[in-house]
Amino acid sequence: MNSSFARRLCREAANSLGTVTVPAASLLSLALIWQVAAWWLASPLLPSPAAVFTTLGQGIATGELLHHLGITLLRLGISFALAMVLGTILGILLGRHPTLDRWFDPWLTVFLNIPALVTIILCYVWFGLSETAAITAVVVNKLPNVAVTLREGTRHLDRGLLEMARVYRFGTWKTLRHVIWPQLYPFVLTAARTGLALIWKIILVVELLGRSDGMGYQLHLFFQLFDVAGILAYTLAFVIVIQTIEWTLLQPLDRYARRWHR
Amino acid sequence: MIHIHIERKTYPASGRAESHTAIAGLELHLEEHEFVCLVGPSGCGKTTLLNLIAGLDRDFQGTIHLSKAEAPRLGYVFQEPRLLPWRTVRENLELALPPRRDPVVIDELLTLTGLTAFQHTYPQRLSLGMSRRVALARAFAVEPDLLLMDEPFVSLDTPTAEKMRRLLADLWQRRPHTVLFVTHDLREALELADRIVFLTPPPSRVAREVTLPRSPRLRSPEVVETLYRRLAPK
Repeated sequence: MNSSFARRLCREAANSLGTVTVPAASLLSLALIWQVAAWWLASPLLPSPAAVFTTLGQGIATGELLHHLGITLLRLGISFALAMVLGTILGILLGRHPTLDRWFDPWLTVFLNIPALVTIILCYVWFGLSETAAITAVVVNKLPNVAVTLREGTRHLDRGLLEMARVYRFGTWKTLRHVIWPQLYPFVLTAARTGLALIWKIILVVELLGRSDGMGYQLHLFFQLFDVAGILAYTLAFVIVIQTIEWTLLQPLDRYARRWHR
Repeated sequence: MIHIHIERKTYPASGRAESHTAIAGLELHLEEHEFVCLVGPSGCGKTTLLNLIAGLDRDFQGTIHLSKAEAPRLGYVFQEPRLLPWRTVRENLELALPPRRDPVVIDELLTLTGLTAFQHTYPQRLSLGMSRRVALARAFAVEPDLLLMDEPFVSLDTPTAEKMRRLLADLWQRRPHTVLFVTHDLREALELADRIVFLTPPPSRVAREVTLPRSPRLRSPEVVETLYRRLAPK
């Protein structure tokens, strides 16, 4: 089971590589336009792609970029995991218990509508400029999203299949694993993908406002120095990492989850 | 011996629907290894009754006594096959199998239902008839003390439904579990049953019962026609 899963993941990853030709050409044309614009403007405010790649190379060589990228990814990983686990539990509870849902639904609406910036500022004010405050701010921002998605998934659980599991005495664990989880999995994955996109944007603001390392902090520094090449190089590195996670992990997982569809 | 006594089953009013009593004063006994068909017009609470017996709905007045065993085992063939779409045919059967049951029973049932070649197929690739056969195999795999069947062959074309009934009769010959088979089709009941229980329109109770001479296999069309003419409501 596990080795076949791994094989499938590899195959899926290979498949997705096969379909990169068009996007690659499209990105290349974007770089070309950028190069022409940079050459035409000839200003340090719009460095050429080549200059950005040189900065990127230097950043990697000195280890500075990898250091900040690593710190940011660590924060991303922790807050992402926390938001997913807590949000999933909350979402399932709300989906299963209408009374609980009626009570907490207004809370969710309130939290969904609080701007990310406000949460971040309040966390820093209340908990100090600490790592805990940074992580908490990100989790509080993302958690309502996950909960709402999973609540939707739980509400749409197939009653017929749950009844079948009861009659055939699946028990709690088998029901969770074979009946409920496969139905919730697409919702978890949706929450994960939108979550990743949301969290990494928030996390940069968190770092910019209250940390002394990480991509957000570095970008802030470059901003004060008007170092556009630095900004673009760091952005590029980050986008590449996030996109790689999407391509090599989330998309294959998505296809694996849908393997039984005809 | 299985005793079912439903004093009253009422659905409370919800939204615009008024409360209504589905079953009132229904009394039913089943002998061990008996094949009983429950016949009644649609909407007379047959599915409700099966759900009460299966313990899926406990909101009623009355008593249901299934067997001496502490936790009697049930098989339930629903109107829809209700297979897990993300598990193969074989996995669907394995999951229903009680712990410590020899999985060899699965191979046997796959052979009997003609599904051996499809055991690693996902249900969405099966026809409705085949999915129904899987559901049938699953119900027999658990060796139930009571097998509930809720119009299991509805919306199949006539030859397929006929084949399914033959398969059911065949399986039941090998493993004569106690069966409560719900249908609105008297001819279907006449083919299969040892005893036919007619229900009244709701609030339903037993209108009358007819015991038929036990038949080793599906009754022939001629016999069914003769019985039908005698029993069908004028």
